Amino acid sequence: MERFGASFLVAGVVTFFLGFFLQGVMPMLTLRNVPVATVEEIAADVPDSFRELAEDYPEEFARSFGEPAPASFARALRQGKALYVAEGCWHCHSQFVRPVSGEELRFGPVSTPDEYQNEMHLPHLFGTRRVGPDLIRESGVHSNDWQMAHLYDPRSVAPYSVMPGYPWFFDEARRPTERALALVAYLQWLGSWVDPAPRPGG
Amino acid sequence: MSIAAARPLVRLDLVRAHLTASATFLAVSILGGLAYAFQFNNLYPFAGVEWLSPGRVRMVHTNMAAYGFIANAFIAGLLFAVPRLTRRPILSDWLGWLVFWAWQLVLVLTVAGQLAGYGQAIEWGETPIFVDPLVIVGLGLLVVNLSVPIFRSPERGLYVSLWYFLAAFAWTPLVYFMGNYLPQFWVPGTAGAAITGLFIHDLVGLFVTPIGWGLMYFFVPILLRKPIWSHALSLIGFWGIAFFYPMQGVHHFLLSPIPMYAQYGAVVATIAVEVVVLTVLVNFFATLHGRADAIRGNLAIRWFYTGMVFYGLTCLQCAFQVTLTFQKVIHFTDWVVGHAHMVMFGVFGFWIFGMFVELWPRALERPWATPRALTAHYWLTLAGLSLMVVDLTAAGVVQGFSWGALSHWADSVLASMPFWWVRTFAGLLIVGGQGLLFYALWATARRPRVHPAEAERLAA
Repeated sequence: MERFGASFLVAGVVTFFLGFFLQGVMPMLTLRNVPVATVEEIAADVPDSFRELAEDYPEEFARSFGEPAPASFARALRQGKALYVAEGCWHCHSQFVRPVSGEELRFGPVSTPDEYQNEMHLPHLFGTRRVGPDLIRESGVHSNDWQMAHLYDPRSVAPYSVMPGYPWFFDEARRPTERALALVAYLQWLGSWVDPAPRPGG
Repeated sequence: MSIAAARPLVRLDLVRAHLTASATFLAVSILGGLAYAFQFNNLYPFAGVEWLSPGRVRMVHTNMAAYGFIANAFIAGLLFAVPRLTRRPILSDWLGWLVFWAWQLVLVLTVAGQLAGYGQAIEWGETPIFVDPLVIVGLGLLVVNLSVPIFRSPERGLYVSLWYFLAAFAWTPLVYFMGNYLPQFWVPGTAGAAITGLFIHDLVGLFVTPIGWGLMYFFVPILLRKPIWSHALSLIGFWGIAFFYPMQGVHHFLLSPIPMYAQYGAVVATIAVEVVVLTVLVNFFATLHGRADAIRGNLAIRWFYTGMVFYGLTCLQCAFQVTLTFQKVIHFTDWVVGHAHMVMFGVFGFWIFGMFVELWPRALERPWATPRALTAHYWLTLAGLSLMVVDLTAAGVVQGFSWGALSHWADSVLASMPFWWVRTFAGLLIVGGQGLLFYALWATARRPRVHPAEAERLAA
């Protein structure tokens, strides 16, 4: 076999696809009957958290998103997730609750596969490191004001934090720009589908 | 034959270019890593600067380590080893230069894209989406350029290194396409996570590992002047890795919502592959038997075997940390960060430093200017990396049990602070060590050129 270089190329292709089938395609097949929701379908019901954002920052919200409506919520979700990706938030915050280490008590209900069958998890943001806490049950845990202050300067509300601040999400008057509103809309959406909203802060 | 004779077997200028690029992006990577470490001490040097935000710099750190430092050095090693093993030059020098510049363009665009906020949410594949096609084309051209001499080789049997290289040539473009495209555009959520896990794993297992081992099979027997101990173990090692390595990606997301059968499968395959790699290690240490003095006398061999010790430690660690019992505590903690540094830097980085020791004087046709700086580079890097791994592993245990005890989140952060200071200090040792390497590379490049035959002698 060592005389034929092609055998090693073929071995490479075959073993790759064997592994890909076992570890990639089979999970896909398991989930094939769970429909994948689009962002528009998710945003059809505008949640209270998005309306609260409009109430808390009326001028800024009107300037950035107009009225809280399905179309503006869909746009905020997409933009918020894009910012979460661009800033690498997912490198220090995971997005799934495990059934061990009391995570159910700390964060809320254990994550299930159906929760992730939608366009907002394309690509998924499971994460592999928690410098800060998991965020998949973040909805409603903190107020919008807390989220804004935390994004501007994390240690103003969490003195022990090692998270960097994101002052470029705010204007000269330290009012939230469209980016801050979108990111907070996204964070307050994470886990909003879980009923009842579970955990105390911390 | 006359055409082949007219061309030099190894294009040393190409090797030199890739080695230089490798060292350059190593500098980018470690400076990014050091800056990022300072964030954990609340001393980030560029706080408030959007384009140098720690979250973005982290992507530059990991991606430049993988695609800048490691990939460039591996291409240099391949350009040196493949023609010598096959007695045929690469398909086209022009193509070689095209791949070189395409790859550097990939790296520059990746750094710029990530700092500008266009990083992709695929771990180890944060290369911006618009860079991905260029990566795949570049890899394809590289594969063609290096496969052709293998298939044209007059040798009757292919040497072990070439098995690994050929398999890696099939794996790498497939892995890159799978990981950067499927979870990004077509497979959402949990199944997408399974594929991302496969990508994280395969990038190390099917690109870095086979090329790394292939280069070890090439360099170690040459430097020790004796053949590899057992051909049978080489066979077992290669086919075992080829079979088990591609089927364990989900072990990066254990206890996640990914179906449990995929998680159990990944755990079993991982433990199996650790047994297999043991055969490779036995083979190399048995080869060293009787020539252990080379560890002291030959710096390249010292780097290679130090890397293999870390490889053994990593694999031992893997076999335990992949179990759900360990995962419960150590997943999401700094333990994993320590593990990643031990693999990517302690194993493959160290092998690359050994290659630098061997190839830089040959590629430049100049003897090393400062052997003492190289020795100091070894000890500083070894001290820095060892300290970092021990420190992060311990930090991981502390963090994991703090979370499991349901303490306030702040407790886990505050308990980590001393560990993060030690990590920064270890990072300073590593950066200082690399400073010596860069100085040695530069000082050597400034020396007068010697006759190629003389350079051969000096390198060995």
